[in-house]
Amino acid sequence: MSAEWRKRLSTGGMRCVAILLFLAIWFIVSIGNAHWWKFFNPVLLPTPTEVVKAGIEAWQSGELQDNILASMARVIQGFAIAAIAGVAVGLAVGTWRPLERLVEPMIELLRPIPPLAFLPMMVLWFGIGEMSKIAFIAYAAFFPVFTTTVEGIKYVDPVLLRAASSLGASRADLFRHVVLPAATPSIITGLRLGFGLSFFVIVAAEFIAADSGLGYMINDARTFFMVSQMLLGAVVIGLIGFGVNILLRSLEGWLLRWRVATRG
Amino acid sequence: MDAMLAEAPAAATDSRRVKISIRGAEKRFGDMVALKGVDLDLYENSFTCLLGPSGCGKSTLLNMIAGFTQPTAGQVLVDGKAVQGPSADRGVVFQEYALFPWRTAIDNVAFGPMLKGMPKAQQREIAKRYLAMVGLAGHEGKYPGNLSGGMKQRVAIARALANDPSVLLMDEPFGALDAQTRETLQEEMLRIWEHERKTVVFVTHSISEAIFLADRIVVMATKPGAVKQVFDLDLPRPRERSESGFVRLEKEIKLLVRAEVQKLGVI
Repeated sequence: MSAEWRKRLSTGGMRCVAILLFLAIWFIVSIGNAHWWKFFNPVLLPTPTEVVKAGIEAWQSGELQDNILASMARVIQGFAIAAIAGVAVGLAVGTWRPLERLVEPMIELLRPIPPLAFLPMMVLWFGIGEMSKIAFIAYAAFFPVFTTTVEGIKYVDPVLLRAASSLGASRADLFRHVVLPAATPSIITGLRLGFGLSFFVIVAAEFIAADSGLGYMINDARTFFMVSQMLLGAVVIGLIGFGVNILLRSLEGWLLRWRVATRG
Repeated sequence: MDAMLAEAPAAATDSRRVKISIRGAEKRFGDMVALKGVDLDLYENSFTCLLGPSGCGKSTLLNMIAGFTQPTAGQVLVDGKAVQGPSADRGVVFQEYALFPWRTAIDNVAFGPMLKGMPKAQQREIAKRYLAMVGLAGHEGKYPGNLSGGMKQRVAIARALANDPSVLLMDEPFGALDAQTRETLQEEMLRIWEHERKTVVFVTHSISEAIFLADRIVVMATKPGAVKQVFDLDLPRPRERSESGFVRLEKEIKLLVRAEVQKLGVI
């Protein structure tokens, strides 16, 4: 009885407890500081309820939805470009050796440079409109997608290629029926990483040059010292990231259901 | 396809038509001779075992027949034509199963028919039939990850047969299986071979496995890899491992193989 209860608690319940505990600590620190300890200016850390209130206000004015949509539109467009380019170039480089020797050094040269270093340049090249943000996301998200695609193709089990060719597979068949499905798990991992990174860099891009979006919302709130709204921006980004990740995970689980079987 | 299900043609057992002809086939990797001038004729519908310790070039020889590697000298002919590369007419079964993990059992078996562009319904019908032949009816929808080693190898055998090749090449197919599963699959392999009548080339390092299965055993030498001695077996099937003829041959081959193992030095 108690074992069952403990198990149930550890699965679903524990998560809720952890979240509630986090909120409670936040609440206590905020309230405690405002009324008793007075370590710092209470304006600097609003309570969770104040953030929720700010959220409701921003929602009612329509401002929150607009900013979410603006950020999401940029992320989706930039990520789509990165995904298509990353997979396409990755497949080409992974299958064709001479191209690999040509492209790999260039990529290795660019990859260690944090994409943010190019952001001011992107603004110069593409202006402060949508284009610079989309291009920036596309650039940043390209690398994980490209790298994992190439890895996935390179490490296809050679015995599977032999098996397929002994069953009569042509080069095109090998690519379509062996290389591509074998590389799918790493391609999906790359897409997930790339999407995460898109989300990561859009906020920075919107700090620098934007008049809408969640990053803009945070930065704009900073100039008016509206800390609740700054926290609201962060919370909304966290919630969206969390939701999208669940969505991508379940898509991955469905696409790679054979791999779940392998683990079991 | 239907002809295959009919009784094996009576002539097949008598026919001594050479199916695979290996003429002076040699394989070198740089200065290392992996396989030295092999001459061998394998008859149609025969069951040949290539037997020897690791390093005797038995897998290299099999890979040359499969078309995965080319001999550095000499030739491998199948039906009188030099082998240029892998072909659907020479099915291969690997020790490591080599199933496509993203395809279910039935989709693995249907792979060959799919490549041939058969209609979907026909692919599935063929795959289902061959899965049933290897005793896996009811497991069609399972992924390889959910099958035991023995079941995986059954799927791999069904996949090779579903393509209806005239030659079946098996590279230590039961090497990774436990003794019990191994003996069961050996018996089933003979049953399938008697029914399907393929020209089988079977690589193994197990002497009793070779004697249990083969019409002809090719004992291989090491350092360099070469053919040491060829045995044509006339023991009636099913063979009993405790029969005197079986035991005598086992002892004889054991001595030959032991001499080759000793050439390898400390192992």
